[in-house]
Amino acid sequence: MSELETFREEVRQWLEANAPQALRGRRNDPAAVPWGGRNPRYAYPESADWLERMAGRGWTAPTWPKEYGGGGLSREHERVLHQELARLELPPGLTGFGLSMIGPTLLQYGTEEQKREHLPKITGGKIRWCQGYSEPDSGSDLASLQTAAVRDGDEFVINGQKIWTSGADLADWIFMLVRTDSSGKKQAGITFILVDMDDPGVEVRPIRLISGASPFCETFFRDVRAPVGNVIGEPGDGWTVAKALLGHERSMIGGMAAPRVSLPELAAEYLGRDEQGRIADPVLRHRVAQSEMDALSFQLTVQRNADSLAAGHQPGPESSMFKYYGTELNMRREQLMLSIRDQQALGWEGDGYSEEELLQTRAWLRSRANSIEGGTSEIQLNIISKRVLGLPG
Amino acid sequence: MKLVLDPAQAMLAKTAADFAAKQQPVERLRALRDARDELGYTPSVWSAMADLGWTGIPFREDDGGLGMGMAEVVLITESLGRGLAPEPYLSAVVLAGGLVSALGSEAQRAAWLAPTIDGSKRLALAQHDEGTRFDPATCLSSAVSDGDGWRLSGRKAHVIDGFAADAYVVVARTSGEQHDRDGISLFLVPADRAGVEVTRQWRVDSRNAAQVHFADVALSRDDLLGELGEGLQPLEEAIDRATVALCGEMLGLMREAFERTIEYLKTRQQFGVAIGSFQALQHRAAEQFVEIELCKSVVMAAARSLDEVGGEGGEPERRSRAVAQVSNAKARCSDAVILVTNEALQMHGGVGMTDEYDIGLFMKRARVCELTFGDAAFHRDRFAAARGF
Repeated sequence: MSELETFREEVRQWLEANAPQALRGRRNDPAAVPWGGRNPRYAYPESADWLERMAGRGWTAPTWPKEYGGGGLSREHERVLHQELARLELPPGLTGFGLSMIGPTLLQYGTEEQKREHLPKITGGKIRWCQGYSEPDSGSDLASLQTAAVRDGDEFVINGQKIWTSGADLADWIFMLVRTDSSGKKQAGITFILVDMDDPGVEVRPIRLISGASPFCETFFRDVRAPVGNVIGEPGDGWTVAKALLGHERSMIGGMAAPRVSLPELAAEYLGRDEQGRIADPVLRHRVAQSEMDALSFQLTVQRNADSLAAGHQPGPESSMFKYYGTELNMRREQLMLSIRDQQALGWEGDGYSEEELLQTRAWLRSRANSIEGGTSEIQLNIISKRVLGLPG
Repeated sequence: MKLVLDPAQAMLAKTAADFAAKQQPVERLRALRDARDELGYTPSVWSAMADLGWTGIPFREDDGGLGMGMAEVVLITESLGRGLAPEPYLSAVVLAGGLVSALGSEAQRAAWLAPTIDGSKRLALAQHDEGTRFDPATCLSSAVSDGDGWRLSGRKAHVIDGFAADAYVVVARTSGEQHDRDGISLFLVPADRAGVEVTRQWRVDSRNAAQVHFADVALSRDDLLGELGEGLQPLEEAIDRATVALCGEMLGLMREAFERTIEYLKTRQQFGVAIGSFQALQHRAAEQFVEIELCKSVVMAAARSLDEVGGEGGEPERRSRAVAQVSNAKARCSDAVILVTNEALQMHGGVGMTDEYDIGLFMKRARVCELTFGDAAFHRDRFAAARGF
């Protein structure tokens, strides 16, 4: 048996012994994935135990080094772990911006002390993170941000406002961009800093979106204090760190295209099938095929990128491509589902619509943000044309 | 299935690219076109490809081949696509050669595979009946039983590299109705057989194509390729392999056209700046870049899926997964190759419309590739059927 297959066997046995029955089959249920934090919320009580067991093996962050609470696994071993979790339809032990964004950034840019301080709390689900990047006047032009941090002894004193801080109302810490110098080029003078949101100067207000309630917030900072040791990278060199983190964010948003329902099945349910088993409406059938083929092509490209990295090739600026295509694909898909469900996709609440149909309405509205958040589609195309294709200006 | 080249494949891709750059520049196609060359390709270049072993890539080692698969074939066709190289690789090696390899008797294999691999003789597939749209199950040509053999009648058109071929694999109905899946048979017919008439077709891409008419051609038992009436399945499998090979060519073609366009955007000056600094063009270029990246993945995946099915039809599930991958690749590459070449011409502006500039040649070949073996709509339909909807 190959080493990888031995590992698969080990994973299988461990999962059989440790995975709570209540969570099996709940892989696609977002409520079954905990976000951790100082005041964790669990839709299923078993999730707390599941998180603890997974974290104990380092499998909340399978590829991170063991000394920081990770699993120390290779990408190939990680894939085996994911396959085995999928086999039992198990949700991951933990999710959140600690694992997907600040963690990878700390691994890349953090000091040894910062890694030891923060990474184990991320993998253990002890601290929940949010992101403080955008400001009301700094969206696509992120580098124009104005939230100020002024040095006062061993601390920075922070004043300003962030917006679109997903989950800020539930988060314990925020990683944020602040301006420490306004004298030079706007990209210079930005500092990347970690802030404990327990500070009384932090105020969070949730934002209501066109889809109704949302995880987005406005976050205000009034004389909030953070130690100088919380700066990642050098003060004034935060833009470099910020861009690296955006790469992690784009990979995550682009990767969200994993579908929650099968389009062909949905179409067959709403439109019926002809004698040959084809979706009865030929025009929608072609649109479904197009969407499925786009999704397959995208998934193969994600895989090709991963295989190429595993084979030792250097990563390029691909994350912009994945963010751009993955989100556009997801949005087209949501719209196609409206076409398939017809008038039944238009309910807001109340009678006459199934729970799924009402979720559909909200999911479609929520999806419209996909091509805006984490850098708009237009910004991604700018990045591709300048950094990949080398076009001028 | 790993979507990355192994070291041997990377080496083959590099050798093929170097060869194409030296021996198969676009100017050569232009020269063949201007000379109205009937053969449409360069015999010495074809021989050189055979000497490098590339004509033997997909054939079994005991037939004198290299025993490799589609994963390697697409590396060759991609390099051909870059230079719009008209060598008959797809028709002789992948399509007709592939059918003889899969179905041929000892005698047929001995007579035709060695000369195909060494480049001394050339096979072509006569499949497409005049007046039909592409569909392997549609067959108007017929072979009517006559004593120990058959009499073949039919009018084939758009036969790829069909002019001056040495023999044809001919698709003809031996029983059943026009669209039946059963009753289609394949025959291996030498070009000099009485009643075979070949006319060169002149197409927009300047490549070798022909009408091949069969007027009551006498066929013997020895001419039958494979089982009587059971030709459709192996025919579809051979066309799938050829389709993926063609996708490789389209990928090379679109990458070359795109790179030339990006170069043009960086050098062409208007309003005192490079036109590539305009966002209206930058975003369109970036979108094409993404499409090409997707094409790279689907071509690799389709080639590997076919290699995993293995010979003799493979198990039905794997086979329909491979069909979905092949149709996905053809639909994607067809759409992308049209997008990229249309945009290439537009971004080149007026010079793009001139015959002197190469971009038009890329666009012409792109259109032929798009409509060969079914366009994007055909393959979306086939993908849906393979996926059970």
